[in-house]
Amino acid sequence: MELITLDDVHKTYHLGDLDVPVLKGVSMSVGRGELVALMGASGSGKSTLMNILGCLDRPTSGRYWLDGDEVSRLAPEGRAVLRGRKIGFVFQNFNLLPRTSALDNVMMPLAYARPRVSDTEGRDRARRLLDLVGLGDRMDHHPSQLSGGQQQRVAIARALINEPPVLLADEPTGNLDSKTSAEILQMFRQLNEDEGLTIILVTHDAEVAATAQRVIRIRDGLIEAGAFGQRVRAAS
Amino acid sequence: MKVIPGSVKLAFRALRRNVLRSALTTLGIVIGVGAVIAMVEIGQGSKRAVAESIQSLGANNLLVMPGQAASGGVSFGGGTQPTLTPDDAEAIEREIPAAAAVAPVVRARTQIVAGNKNWVPLYIYGTSAEFLEVRDWPVADGRAFTAQEVSGSAGVCMIGTTVARELFGDEPAVGQMIRVNAAPMRVIGVLARKGANTFGADQDDIVLAPWRTIKFKVSGQSAQTANQSAAGTQSGQPTQASSSARFPSQQPSPYPLQSASQLANYPAPPPPTFIDQILVKVGSEADVPAAMKQITTLLRERHRIRAGQPDDFNIRDTAELSQAAVATSRLMSGLLLAVALISLVVGGVGIMNIMLVSVTERTREIGLRMAVGARPGDILRQFLTEAVMLCLIGGAMGVLFGWLGSWGVRAFLHWRTEPSLPAVLAAVGVSAFVGVAFGFYPAWKASRLDPIDALRYE
Repeated sequence: MELITLDDVHKTYHLGDLDVPVLKGVSMSVGRGELVALMGASGSGKSTLMNILGCLDRPTSGRYWLDGDEVSRLAPEGRAVLRGRKIGFVFQNFNLLPRTSALDNVMMPLAYARPRVSDTEGRDRARRLLDLVGLGDRMDHHPSQLSGGQQQRVAIARALINEPPVLLADEPTGNLDSKTSAEILQMFRQLNEDEGLTIILVTHDAEVAATAQRVIRIRDGLIEAGAFGQRVRAAS
Repeated sequence: MKVIPGSVKLAFRALRRNVLRSALTTLGIVIGVGAVIAMVEIGQGSKRAVAESIQSLGANNLLVMPGQAASGGVSFGGGTQPTLTPDDAEAIEREIPAAAAVAPVVRARTQIVAGNKNWVPLYIYGTSAEFLEVRDWPVADGRAFTAQEVSGSAGVCMIGTTVARELFGDEPAVGQMIRVNAAPMRVIGVLARKGANTFGADQDDIVLAPWRTIKFKVSGQSAQTANQSAAGTQSGQPTQASSSARFPSQQPSPYPLQSASQLANYPAPPPPTFIDQILVKVGSEADVPAAMKQITTLLRERHRIRAGQPDDFNIRDTAELSQAAVATSRLMSGLLLAVALISLVVGGVGIMNIMLVSVTERTREIGLRMAVGARPGDILRQFLTEAVMLCLIGGAMGVLFGWLGSWGVRAFLHWRTEPSLPAVLAAVGVSAFVGVAFGFYPAWKASRLDPIDALRYE
């Protein structure tokens, strides 16, 4: 069973009387433990596809299964719960809460987790994750006291706090210099290999996409290449 | 109920992230609640002060005054027509069950002399011993007069502290002799100090004597009942005429003067003796209206007033006065409360303003929270909790500031204040309500954000 399966997904935006089709029948799948890149130029429908994959938006037609749940049938409430449980988000601009310690930032999603996680357990989990991303000594630092790379690592730790099966990274290196970018990408690779985490990197950068085992290219609302993997693991 | 502490903690953290803004936002509520508390406490205090001073004035006293004389449509003013008699006072005491004590009053104003000192007291009242009961006035030194002394027009009197001081200085007044007009009286008692009344008149500047003594020996109206035979025997020299000549009375004479032969030929029925007013103490304030109605009926009957004719007397109750005063102070505290509530509403609008700014400013945060699994309800609850917490913290501080304010008023202005638990509860309730009412719209707005747009918001 694939972790993510899209079947003939359409997305059409209505701007007044005008229908703007953005996704025109996307079918793809991502297997458990894969590290894939979603590539496309701006205006290709990449962001829309990412929003649907991240359960932030629902397709106009077509079906989407995530880890056995059919997301395309869920109401906004249900999608919110699913997001909390199944998906970890990493953003280009980190999106950390200002004037809040790294530890509290990492623990933030636990406030909405169902079932609830106790405070002490959440704290232990957050400490472990910050250790994992190499920030064990900076837990009490505020985002303004951290470098870009460190902030992104805090964001990764935050994405993992609910132990989701999928990590969705939207241009994770877009705001970082090349050296830090390499470090962050290395961390993704490591998480994928060591923890068996499924990671989808959304990017327009071929260098970033090269990290992935498979590249899904999207163009004009249709998948151009790499929609279905062969479940081969590249030897690195 | 595990949801509540979680969202409270979250809200607290969010508020702590911008302490200055939170504090300034709260200020509106602090001022509003503080104003409510201080206003209500001061209002309560002054209301109680007014009520008490009116009570000591005699809130359950009734004053029966004679009616006004009129001639050809010209009124001569209240009390100009003598209609009340001592028998009226006795009838009231006998027949009105609500009347706890009744005192007839005869007034005079004249000079009193003791030794080489003289004084014109504000009040010279001829009355009975019940006057003291009606006015709640204890005797500080000596004794009150007895029923025998009142009916026998004895030459005794009680004096107020002001009179005692003016005439006798530090010497004991009891047992001394004074002359009121030409009538000698022995001081048998000194009244307790009562101070000035609400209108500033010195109530201790008073001489109380048996009403017959004042009426016949001081005011100069002879006791016709007693002198009837004497007037007849004294040839051509009626005592009444001579005493009227020596002490011209201001009382209008109810009967024309008769010559000695007329008196001999037509023995007149004893003319009535009039008194100036009747003081009635009603057992409880609740009985005042009923007692007024009963006295009216009784006096109309006694004065033989036909149905449709106006009363020839007036009954005044001080409850009217006390009601007016209490109503005024109630109006005042209502007014103050309205002002305070307006400031609370202004504070609430301030909260809404800041919460709206906060929602806009934290759009990205809201998007992020939604992306990591917050449902619209969670966002709504979070922002609502923040607003309510701001208001409750502001309310608590406002209560403290309000107490401080009313303490200041008490300590420095010496106004009376009274702590009011309902005001505290109402202020806290209102501030929580303001939090919910004015926090709801921004919170609702936040919860309706689309996570995709919110995340992309710059």
